[in-house]
Amino acid sequence: MSVKQTFKTSLIGVKTNKSRSALTILGIVIGITSIILMMSIGQGAENLILDEVAGFGAETIVVRPGQEPTGPTDIGETLFSDSLKERDIEMLKRKENVPDLIDVTSAVIVTGSVSFEGETYRPTIFGGSVRFFAEVLNLEPGEGRFYTENEIRTRANVAVIGTKVREELFGNDEAVGKLIKIKDKKFRVVGVFAKKGQTAFYNFDELVIVPQTTAQVYLTGTNHYHEVLIKVSDPSVVKRAVHDIEATLRESHGITDPEKDDFFVVTQEGVVQQISTIIGALTIFLSSIVAIALVVAGVGVMNIMLVSVTERTREIGLRKAVGATNKNILAQFLFEAMILTGTGGIIGIILGGLLSFIFSIILTQYAGLSWPFSFPIGAAVLGLFVSTLVGLIFGIYPARKAAKKSPIEALRYE
Amino acid sequence: MFFLKNNMALIEVRDIEKTYPDGTRALRGVSFDIKAGEFVAIMGPSGSGKSTLLHILGFLDRPTKGDYRFSDKTISEHSEDELAHVRNKKMGFVFQMFNLLTRTSALENVKLPLLYSGVKESLWEKSAKEAINSVGLSHRTYFEPNKLSGGERQRVAIARALVNHPQVIFADEPTGNLDSKSGEVIMDILHKLHRQGHTILMITHETYTAEHANRIINLYDGAIINDHKVTSQHKAHKHPIK
Repeated sequence: MSVKQTFKTSLIGVKTNKSRSALTILGIVIGITSIILMMSIGQGAENLILDEVAGFGAETIVVRPGQEPTGPTDIGETLFSDSLKERDIEMLKRKENVPDLIDVTSAVIVTGSVSFEGETYRPTIFGGSVRFFAEVLNLEPGEGRFYTENEIRTRANVAVIGTKVREELFGNDEAVGKLIKIKDKKFRVVGVFAKKGQTAFYNFDELVIVPQTTAQVYLTGTNHYHEVLIKVSDPSVVKRAVHDIEATLRESHGITDPEKDDFFVVTQEGVVQQISTIIGALTIFLSSIVAIALVVAGVGVMNIMLVSVTERTREIGLRKAVGATNKNILAQFLFEAMILTGTGGIIGIILGGLLSFIFSIILTQYAGLSWPFSFPIGAAVLGLFVSTLVGLIFGIYPARKAAKKSPIEALRYE
Repeated sequence: MFFLKNNMALIEVRDIEKTYPDGTRALRGVSFDIKAGEFVAIMGPSGSGKSTLLHILGFLDRPTKGDYRFSDKTISEHSEDELAHVRNKKMGFVFQMFNLLTRTSALENVKLPLLYSGVKESLWEKSAKEAINSVGLSHRTYFEPNKLSGGERQRVAIARALVNHPQVIFADEPTGNLDSKSGEVIMDILHKLHRQGHTILMITHETYTAEHANRIINLYDGAIINDHKVTSQHKAHKHPIK
């Protein structure tokens, strides 16, 4: 009896019990659908996040004060650490210290609200070079202009705002030239960013950027920075530049033991690695849940196959009487289990692909995210393999039980 | 039959005993020969061991003691797979309950033994249709069993038994589940097969069915109490009640 004939025989067995077959594979369908969805969404999320991280530019290096956060509670320390000062910027700017540096700017984060004639809004307020931010974050001026280096030096009360802030405070009225209040201090709006929209991390339309010098004196009342942003000539020199930056700042802060650094350096590569690690861990976690679901589904298949074997005892006896060997019967029932779970796998792959497609449309259309749909072929192959394997593993016991039936007992069975 | 010498027994049974695991002694030393071309009925009340005997003769079960040679081979010489092969190639089975696969056409049912025969798939349809034709059911070829009468179902079962051109046909109460008229049709078919040279071994508990055969072996309590030829004047070709 050839494999093809066995397959045909098993297929007939599955087809003659359509509704039962459908119920049997439901668990497998759900399991495989989850795998496809998970892989597809995981991949989409990773692409999206990495895209945005890439948007910051591979040649940008960020230095933050304090110790590198290892958990969410550490982030607060960064805001209160005062280790980065103007002197550090001057040190970094020196060609002999960081030869690869082509630009550097400092930034402060201001917490508070802005208001205009009774309208109040709580945006994210940064003190820094608007030109540098715009370059790094890929922002463009929509109306008005960006403030100049000279205005930064002279601590000018100027601000560039995002479109969302503009809408909230001014509605449809002109914004450029108007005076807004940040923490009771008046700033003149000199420019409005072009609309950029929501990305995974951040809504760039909710920004207000003022000169860092002005922010330090009038808004935070401090002389330290929350961030130092450095641009180097090429992504390939980032590693060398990081080394130079660390050496320069340690010298500037009189630190000899790198363990005691009061600053830390963030690069795009490091962030990408971190994100990949997190997503990888999440995927493993979710995969193990799906694996458990598939085991449960497999037990379901085994259960139904056992019922089926008992129900078809006479058929087994007859087949043996007309010449089927134990192997023939074993193969027939094993194939039936594998056809069942394999079909479940295929339906799951199609359903999972369809749901991920719908998901990507929803995210693109309604959440405004860039979420291109890509069918996870690797996951599909894996899904088909796993579902068939489940059939093989959980089909063996019922199939062996069928094969072992004595033909006379089977024929007598009522 | 052309494949065996006339004087050679197709079936040789010597002192066969069968004791079931629960201690029941179904057969207590049974011996007889059946030559190719014979039509033998094994008779006896229920519990006499006739079904057990048929199962052993049909290679569906093994005796506890004694020798059984079929076509010059002893049952103990065969592995399970070889027994399956002999059942497939040299034996045909007809059961009281027909044992057809439901929701599967008559044609597919008749094809079933071919599935395990090693015969090329391209020849299956032709062989199966010939077998169906030989029991006069060509007009029911594509009918499923639940659309057929009891007699027609048993004819499909006979076609299935014939499809591999076996040396012997084992029939276990072939008319037991049929009305008298359908039973007669089945017996006529068995007669026809016998006339064509088939060896037939039939189990029955009805005398008038047994008398269709040309030899009757009477079993009682696991032993043969009578083994005799049926003379033509004793033959009851018609149902007595009819």
